[in-house]
Amino acid sequence: MIVSRTDLAVLKPFRLGAAATSSEPWRFTLWHGVALLAALAVAIGIGEAQAQAAIGKPGIIETMIKWTPLLLQGFALNIAMSFLAMAIGTVVGVPLGLAQISLLPPIRGSSWFVTQFFRNSPWLVLLFYCMLLLPFEVRIGDTVVPLPGWLKSTIGLSLPVMANVSELVRGAVRSIPYTQWEAAESLAMTRRQTLWMIILPQCVKRMTPPWMNLYAILTVATPLTSVVGVSEAMTLTGDILSSEGRTELLVPMYLYLLLFFFIYCYPIARATIALEKRFQVR
Amino acid sequence: MDFSPLWDWFRVLHATSGIKLTIFYDSFDRWRFFNGFLTSVRLMGVCLVASVVIGVVGAWIQGSRLRVLRLVTQGYIQFFRNTPPLVQLYFFYFALGSYLKVTTGNGMSVPIVSNFTWAAICLSFYAGAFNVEIFRAGIEAVPRETMEAAESLGYSRLKAYAYVILPLAFRISLPALNNNLVNLVKTTTIAYAIAVPEMLYVANQIWSDESNVPEMMNVLLIVYVSLVGVLVYVMGRWERALRVPGYMPA
Repeated sequence: MIVSRTDLAVLKPFRLGAAATSSEPWRFTLWHGVALLAALAVAIGIGEAQAQAAIGKPGIIETMIKWTPLLLQGFALNIAMSFLAMAIGTVVGVPLGLAQISLLPPIRGSSWFVTQFFRNSPWLVLLFYCMLLLPFEVRIGDTVVPLPGWLKSTIGLSLPVMANVSELVRGAVRSIPYTQWEAAESLAMTRRQTLWMIILPQCVKRMTPPWMNLYAILTVATPLTSVVGVSEAMTLTGDILSSEGRTELLVPMYLYLLLFFFIYCYPIARATIALEKRFQVR
Repeated sequence: MDFSPLWDWFRVLHATSGIKLTIFYDSFDRWRFFNGFLTSVRLMGVCLVASVVIGVVGAWIQGSRLRVLRLVTQGYIQFFRNTPPLVQLYFFYFALGSYLKVTTGNGMSVPIVSNFTWAAICLSFYAGAFNVEIFRAGIEAVPRETMEAAESLGYSRLKAYAYVILPLAFRISLPALNNNLVNLVKTTTIAYAIAVPEMLYVANQIWSDESNVPEMMNVLLIVYVSLVGVLVYVMGRWERALRVPGYMPA
């Protein structure tokens, strides 16, 4: 506002919502989230532990600590699946995205169709699809490669990732000003040269934040595999709960699992925002 | 209208090619699948509306002067955005649901909140968390001068928000909102996990009974992709209808 740039006495306009807009918005950091959840869990835990100690059962927190190694094991599988699905999705998705900007109409059309189809179908349905319709082993020559459930569901997860990466590539290429293509053409560069040396290097930078965002989405989608019977963190939580058979464990246990994912995903979300701010070219 | 020739065609299709689409010629399966479809559509409808309402209210609260309110909204957004929706659903349904039970006269304990309602609540809050951010970004994109102009005309914060800022912000956030709502429609399938009889759940029952997994899977994919297609089309039409000529870029 111009009014604030003078040292003369000025009548400042009445500002609505001044407190909200003038000050730097308060940042909700990872540690606030962890502290909040931990406080909640501890509060519940202590309350319940007090009640339980009288009857002679182990306290909530003790039980949770006892099962932590197992939960971590399950969570490691979640992370492994997310890495693998992201890798497959990116490796297949980038060429698919490039096919979407191909000059040949059949290639362009078919890759557009594949992208839209997998982007618009629910993850869980794709998971069921892969789980039930892929064979449990594949025979390549004489070697039999077994396809365990977690691998099949990873393939299922990588399909929507592939479609989203494809869409990212297309969007990023389209976001590069068309003048760059023309400039490259005037330097007698071929289409391939332009794409590889001018356009794509710029796209990588633009694509990184949304790509990380996609990874976070994929990570929180991995518990879906528990529905089709992969024993990852979610399934294990259910198993732990049924083996303990104590209803008062339900809330702390699920909160604990949510906390696992939160601690993993929140830094990614923050880093994405930081990168977005840094790469913003205006 | 009499559809029986059409149904018979599918029966012949099964006899001749082995493609077993029982949902067309078997009246029980047809009834089941149609109900599942309706449940899915109802769940989607409820969640779409509720999540947009949550988004609008949340974005308004985020501009509030009360720090506590902003803090709580931020916490809500970050929690729902960074944790798996399926675990949230389990948390709501199994953990919180276990406390919300009443014992009826004959000694049975009945949950107060049905699984459909839990799914609707959970999914609305999940998508709502994204909508708050989307609307907030839209509100921030409305030029500051517009707010000042509204102030100078004597609008209160609520009135300025409702009549000036929101209509503009809504138009700016529509493309992002589209994306999120498509995501929501796809996410409704997780209601399967708590046995809401929606389309995926019913399809699972049918393919268990009739052992026609590939056919049902393809039917499911086609139905979901078309539902999303309808949503994208409607939202696209709406976006064009709401466009203020000369205001929005492109």
